[in-house]
Amino acid sequence: MKRVLSSWWAVACFACASLLSVQALAKEAVPLAQEPEVEARLVKIAEELRCMVCQNESLASSHAELAEDLRREVRSLIKEGKNDDQVKEFLVARYGDYVLYRPEVKPLTWVLWFGPFLLFLIAVMGLLRYLRQRRQAMPAPAALSEAERARAEQLLKD
Amino acid sequence: MIPELGHFALILAAVVALIQGVLPLAGTVRENLAWQALARPSAALQFGLVAVAFACLTSSFLANDFSVSYVAQHSNTLLPKPYQVAAVWGGHEGSLLLWVLLLALWSVSVALFSRSLPLAMVARVLSVLGLISTGFLAFILTTSNPFERLLPAAPEGRDLNPLLQDPGLVIHPPMLYMGYVGMSVAFAFAISALLSGRLDAAWARWSRPWTVIAWTFLTFGIGLGSWWAYYELGWGGWWFWDPVENASLMPWLVGTALIHSLMVTEKRGSFKAWTVLLAIAAFSLSLLGTFLVRSGVLTSVHAFASDPSRGIFILIFLALVVGSSLTLFAWRAPQVTLGGSMGLLSRESLLLSNSVILVVATAAVLLGTIYPLIIDALNLGKLSVGPPYFNLVFAPLMVPLLFIMIPGTVAHWREARLSDIVRELRVVGLLALALALLLPFAMGAWSLGVVLGLFLGLWIALGTLQQVLFRVRKPGRIGASFWGMHLAHFGMAVLVIGITGVKSYEVERDVRMGLGEQVTIAPYSFKLVGLQEVKGPNYNAVRGEFDVFKDGQFLEKMYPEKRRYFSSAMPMTEAAIDSGFMRDLYVSLGESLGGTPAQWSVRVYYKPFVPWLWAGVLLMVAGGLLAALDRRYRRAVNKAAQPA
Amino acid sequence: MKKFLIPLALFLGLVVFLAVGLKRDPREIPSPLIDKPAPAFSLPTLDGNKAFGPEDLKGKVWMLNVWATWCVACREEHPVLVAFAQKNAVPIVGLSYKEIQPQDEQGGKLADDAKLKLARERSVVWLQRHGNPYSTTVMDLDGRVGINYGVYGVPETYVIDRQGIIRYKRVGVVTPQLLADKILPLIRSLETS
Repeated sequence: MKRVLSSWWAVACFACASLLSVQALAKEAVPLAQEPEVEARLVKIAEELRCMVCQNESLASSHAELAEDLRREVRSLIKEGKNDDQVKEFLVARYGDYVLYRPEVKPLTWVLWFGPFLLFLIAVMGLLRYLRQRRQAMPAPAALSEAERARAEQLLKD
Repeated sequence: MIPELGHFALILAAVVALIQGVLPLAGTVRENLAWQALARPSAALQFGLVAVAFACLTSSFLANDFSVSYVAQHSNTLLPKPYQVAAVWGGHEGSLLLWVLLLALWSVSVALFSRSLPLAMVARVLSVLGLISTGFLAFILTTSNPFERLLPAAPEGRDLNPLLQDPGLVIHPPMLYMGYVGMSVAFAFAISALLSGRLDAAWARWSRPWTVIAWTFLTFGIGLGSWWAYYELGWGGWWFWDPVENASLMPWLVGTALIHSLMVTEKRGSFKAWTVLLAIAAFSLSLLGTFLVRSGVLTSVHAFASDPSRGIFILIFLALVVGSSLTLFAWRAPQVTLGGSMGLLSRESLLLSNSVILVVATAAVLLGTIYPLIIDALNLGKLSVGPPYFNLVFAPLMVPLLFIMIPGTVAHWREARLSDIVRELRVVGLLALALALLLPFAMGAWSLGVVLGLFLGLWIALGTLQQVLFRVRKPGRIGASFWGMHLAHFGMAVLVIGITGVKSYEVERDVRMGLGEQVTIAPYSFKLVGLQEVKGPNYNAVRGEFDVFKDGQFLEKMYPEKRRYFSSAMPMTEAAIDSGFMRDLYVSLGESLGGTPAQWSVRVYYKPFVPWLWAGVLLMVAGGLLAALDRRYRRAVNKAAQPA
Repeated sequence: MKKFLIPLALFLGLVVFLAVGLKRDPREIPSPLIDKPAPAFSLPTLDGNKAFGPEDLKGKVWMLNVWATWCVACREEHPVLVAFAQKNAVPIVGLSYKEIQPQDEQGGKLADDAKLKLARERSVVWLQRHGNPYSTTVMDLDGRVGINYGVYGVPETYVIDRQGIIRYKRVGVVTPQLLADKILPLIRSLETS
């Protein structure tokens, strides 16, 4: 019995090893990009930029020719050592604010950026005021005392 | 012949819709019972006529009748039959006809399932629906006639956009439209209540199942759209904050608020004005969405080809419908009674808070969507508002919303004590917090965002489970709406965890591969073993064959394709997706890079928790269906009905 | 009481914006380069004699027209430009934008001088057939100059003044109407200033 088992083990190990080795022998594919770190930064920046000729797609995902050209420009800017803001400035100087998916925070966009937050605050205050006013208009019946509450629970259990 | 028959049926339908819209309503003012009684039969007749028109258009597609301009634009003899049917709603004119068909379907359903309602109420509701139908039918007949002839007939059609040739297209728009259009029923009930001056708990109880069903369809439709984008577009994205996507999200958010507000109005008679306003808002947002997609004011991949005259018509229609509803609201709402009292902390106040947060979130999405339009209209330039904005603004708003969900289900009506709530939920809270802090270590990187997302998801999941366990132990029958509610909440938890997981832990590899090479995302590796030419019914493709290994063991094969449809110059990617319980493996074939040996660009994704997105949506849909089918809505006898 | 009118008021405001928005073209993007100096460049010309740049036209009011032989809309506007050039002394510089397209390189990537040669040949033939309104034509093969000018679609046309400042940009075809109503009056006023 032991010998049979051990020979099965041997076969199994050999099979696994072969599979692994066959699989391990396969060459690991090279990243498409020449420099993956540059590419990673490119994707991060390009995700927040708009493809100028598409129907609402980001620069990172568009297949349009202009998008390829602009990605090439951004890549070379990154390699030159420009930071994210400088890259965005480069594109905005040529294409305007339209190219930014994340609008800059400036007086023109204050309503956009602070509006929802303000609205939330107003809503919360309005809600509290409403609930208080309503309470005054019709006060809730006095809350049950502990004894009454215990009795009520007892009744409910029965 | 058949197109003309369809056209004629539409004209008749418009006339009947007008009768349905005017006479029953006039009948309630003049107390003319005969006119009121016209409501149901005219709704049925309108549905029949629109169905005939729709059948005529469908048969034109199936018969490849390219003498009909719309068919020639969107179909092709090589197009497989199922897609020929789906192509009926592949363009502007046909999708509008689908809209009207579904509106007629909802109307006739209301007519059928309203035996227990007073006739005057039915008359008002169906009249409002009839007026809306009239507007849409008039729009179709004047600017968007799907039966317009193309003479001489085209020898061959232009084909359906390859992106749309997909099972997802066959059901996504109908489901979505069922949701959009379904919101008109709650709207009609609200208008009817305002007109009659009878805004009470009974109205809320009648409205609720209709609203829940519409919400369910809308949830399903949005989820389908997301899923379809995920597997069809080739780079694994599932939400882009595109204007048209936002146009579907806004009615959904308000619809959710509406369902919960109706609950309070039904139970305690409170928030009547708020609920009515939400009902008006939900449908208004559906109409606004229609406008945004078809008028050309916003750029979007979803937008139909636009025409200024269409935009003007829809805008006028929108202004009339919503403007008159809000005017009616401003006039009648002040007379509404206050309903039961409530404490600062109570189930009502918590439900109201979430209702308000949902509305703020909707306003934020609306603001972001139309801000470029506003800036342009003011001549201040052109700017874009995209995903970075929406993600930054929307996510924080969801945090309090998701958190309050659980205390909201635990708090007592009328008056709740904080100490009671804390006592009941502290175990769940601590457990959720502990798991949220620890699990990220097992899953990969630890970050505050992940912890927050996990905490909220676990909070809802565990809180829901606790509620269910407590209730099950008590005696008494548990209604379907209980299960429905908790199932839907649980689905939300699954969705939240899914979103947190996929955003934090997904891995992408963009590589160039030749035959025999592999790319690894531990513990998986993908080896390119073959490339072959494949012929489809209306396309040619290159299909890649990948062997996938996990920890060195062979798992399965995946076959991504790059298709070239005859009718389009753009190549289409058909990604290969392997879905597991906890993750998706996603392989997308890029371009041939030439060289010897031949190399291809390949994109491989490891997307953990993606299946949870779809599971979460399906759970919410199941929950909605259960809730709507609760027996108390199906009881034939209505004790509370009084002559209106 | 008044608070119930707020939703209506907000909605009417929205409708006004939507109505105005209907008249706008969301795809037409204004250029940030207006009233800024025309970006410098030095590109090979069509006839190959010497490189050309915008400084070469300092002191004159001139137009820059972005075109390519593969651009269908350019064919539509070309006769308008030819007629304009015949009647007016305003120099029009043609910027041949990305004449060599990816499909031209499907057989294999072309070397830079081969690309330039092919681009020149194609452009010469095209201009012979459709007329040549350009005082000079420059070849922007990789599109980098186009990017500097914010080009995102062809055809596009710029009006540049004596000091080399961009004063006007048109995205899309130049129609006789546009020439008469906007471009010519602008050029006249720039010439006299």
